[in-house]
Amino acid sequence: MIFWQLFVSYLKIGFFGFGGGYAMLSLIQNEVVVQHAWMTNSEFADIVAVSQITPGPIAINSATYVGYTVGSQAGSAWWGVLGAVVATAAVCLPALTLMLLITRFFLRLKHNRIVEGAMLGMRPVVIGMIASAALLLIFPHNAAADERNFIDAWSWLLFGGVLVGQWRRVNPILLIVLSAAAGILIYRIF
Amino acid sequence: MTFTLFRSFLKIGAFTFGGGYAMIPIIEHEVIDRRAWIDRADFLDLLTLAQSAPGPIALNTAVFVGYKVHGFRGALASIAGVVIPSFTVILLVALLFADIRHNPWVDAAFRGMRPAVVALIVAPVLSLSRGMHRALYGVIVAAALAVWGLGWSPIYVLAAAAACGIAWEMFLAKKLRR
Repeated sequence: MIFWQLFVSYLKIGFFGFGGGYAMLSLIQNEVVVQHAWMTNSEFADIVAVSQITPGPIAINSATYVGYTVGSQAGSAWWGVLGAVVATAAVCLPALTLMLLITRFFLRLKHNRIVEGAMLGMRPVVIGMIASAALLLIFPHNAAADERNFIDAWSWLLFGGVLVGQWRRVNPILLIVLSAAAGILIYRIF
Repeated sequence: MTFTLFRSFLKIGAFTFGGGYAMIPIIEHEVIDRRAWIDRADFLDLLTLAQSAPGPIALNTAVFVGYKVHGFRGALASIAGVVIPSFTVILLVALLFADIRHNPWVDAAFRGMRPAVVALIVAPVLSLSRGMHRALYGVIVAAALAVWGLGWSPIYVLAAAAACGIAWEMFLAKKLRR
């Protein structure tokens, strides 16, 4: 049954996808392209591209998109919607259960020495990981020309502007909206 | 309270582009500055837990904040808030705008947003490491280079760091205090 397979696949992705976002891509690709052949590699690349221009975590985006595609191939558009719901719910389930346990455990054992020690070691590493994500976006290992984040001097100007805005505690949502408007002005209108 | 959580995370979900890390400043603004649901001092702990649990960071963060504020129902409300914008937009794209990627207006907007998103990820690196012990800056740099440069899996780096931290707390810290 196609919905069951979708459910199990995305449950797996939710359970074993450590490190979030792009670290999960290869896992998703393995399930969707290699294991089940629900789509080709280039269709998968399309999903990744769509994920980059739609809000939300890429795991959720791909779950909804793959669920819809697989469901609608098996039946009608309504099957597609059902597939999207099933895959999206499945990818959320591990976070909802595991993270709930971790949160309860942590709130209760915050002052336990082992927990304190583990947090002490992990805190700087987590900052380093966020830094590595930023580094990867600035210096990509292998990105096609149209996928680069920095394409000209305007990119760096916007980058600097948003950084200053962050420092001055401007609402980040406003910064995103402004930079989108700036993009349209710079690259489309002028 | 449940509805406020839902609305806050709906906003966070709707404006998170380019992966979970880009939502950190938006969460910071909404959850710490605006609602005071979490102390600034606890924010790094929240990110650490969200990072060490499997699954998307966005979801893990939503569950932590939701649970801390309003128990199980809070966690459910915030996770629904984060997921709904993403789900709706993707479904609309799949149903109606399959070629949105090639729309020149959308493309131009995203050329402007991409460097902004990178800045949204750089900013918390700077703000979170402020006030840390000097020696830990080395750990931050080493972890960044290991994951970005050497391509090590984040989960092994985290596990090693946790082990070192526990060993430090159990054996060394006590000796040094004496």
